[in-house]
Amino acid sequence: MSQVLVVTSGKGGVGKTTTTAALGAALAHDGAKVVVIDFDVGLRNLDLVLGAERRVVFDLINVINGVAKLPQALIRDKRIENLHLLPASQTRDKDALTQEGVEKVIDELREKFDWIICDSPAGIERGATLAMRYADAAIIVTNPEVSSVRDSDRIIGILDAKTAKAERGERVDKHLLITRYSAAAAARGEMLTIDDVLEILSCPLLGIVPEGKEVLRASNVGSPVTLNDPQSAPARAYFDAARRLKGEQVPMVVQGATRSIFTKLFARKAA
Amino acid sequence: MSFLRLFRSGSAPIARERLQILLAHERTATDQPDLLAVLREEILAVLGRHVAFEPDKVQIKVDRGKSVSTLAVDIEIPNSRTAGALAA
Repeated sequence: MSQVLVVTSGKGGVGKTTTTAALGAALAHDGAKVVVIDFDVGLRNLDLVLGAERRVVFDLINVINGVAKLPQALIRDKRIENLHLLPASQTRDKDALTQEGVEKVIDELREKFDWIICDSPAGIERGATLAMRYADAAIIVTNPEVSSVRDSDRIIGILDAKTAKAERGERVDKHLLITRYSAAAAARGEMLTIDDVLEILSCPLLGIVPEGKEVLRASNVGSPVTLNDPQSAPARAYFDAARRLKGEQVPMVVQGATRSIFTKLFARKAA
Repeated sequence: MSFLRLFRSGSAPIARERLQILLAHERTATDQPDLLAVLREEILAVLGRHVAFEPDKVQIKVDRGKSVSTLAVDIEIPNSRTAGALAA
């Protein structure tokens, strides 16, 4: 049974593409067949973050228009063979992305993959609404910052109203993923805490990804952080989130957070 | 944690409160997105029956608070015409 996920946020720059790549690789790492789709027509970047930018021949719109067959457009990852990318078109008109076309592509992908992850563009325009349209579940990527939280609230409203599931009277499962979190800044009262964000958005938490230089380093070299630096705190957070998506119970911890002074003192004594 | 929070001096509590107020309004406002525009039109229509004023000299301000919001309508009415309107 395949699962269609949309990675969305409303606001740009919060980590949707990073998250799509990291979760896609983490899920594929365990043997599942995964495809990640870039819906950002005209501003594609998932290919770049995955290090496949030089291998793009056909794209999502080519498939919709019938210029290419789906298997021709899919790019297989060189590191994990069961991870695939369907890139967005860089040049073509955004209107070429049609609802019927997207539905047909997703239906075809459902037959071949366990996980279909749609990387939404920022905003609430066509690309964003089509990315979420056929989703079974949504990952809402939020930074602990006012504008991101506000836009996430808006996106949650749209997920409940404008998706195919919502129109059938069903619900799109919603998972909140808080990224670029700093436990130290939150403890100092300089950043919204996890509890603050959860209370405001009242949405189940999928994971907490701490701010880390490993995320930038991974995008610099074109590799998902979960592959490039699997032991880093952000990667461990993404692996935890991937396990929760599969239904496993994983304790919610902030990976890599400095332990409190008490535990530090205690650990030193014990050592 | 809540005990520690008393000593927090950062700006995060302000962010939290601003978001709570804003989103409480935005969630209800989606049913009636143009409430302010409708109010403005109807208020001006009623006033227009009694006094003459320039539509450009009307300022509508709203301040959304936690438990109450205020709507302030500031209309500049020229003195001479008002006198005429009252006399008529």
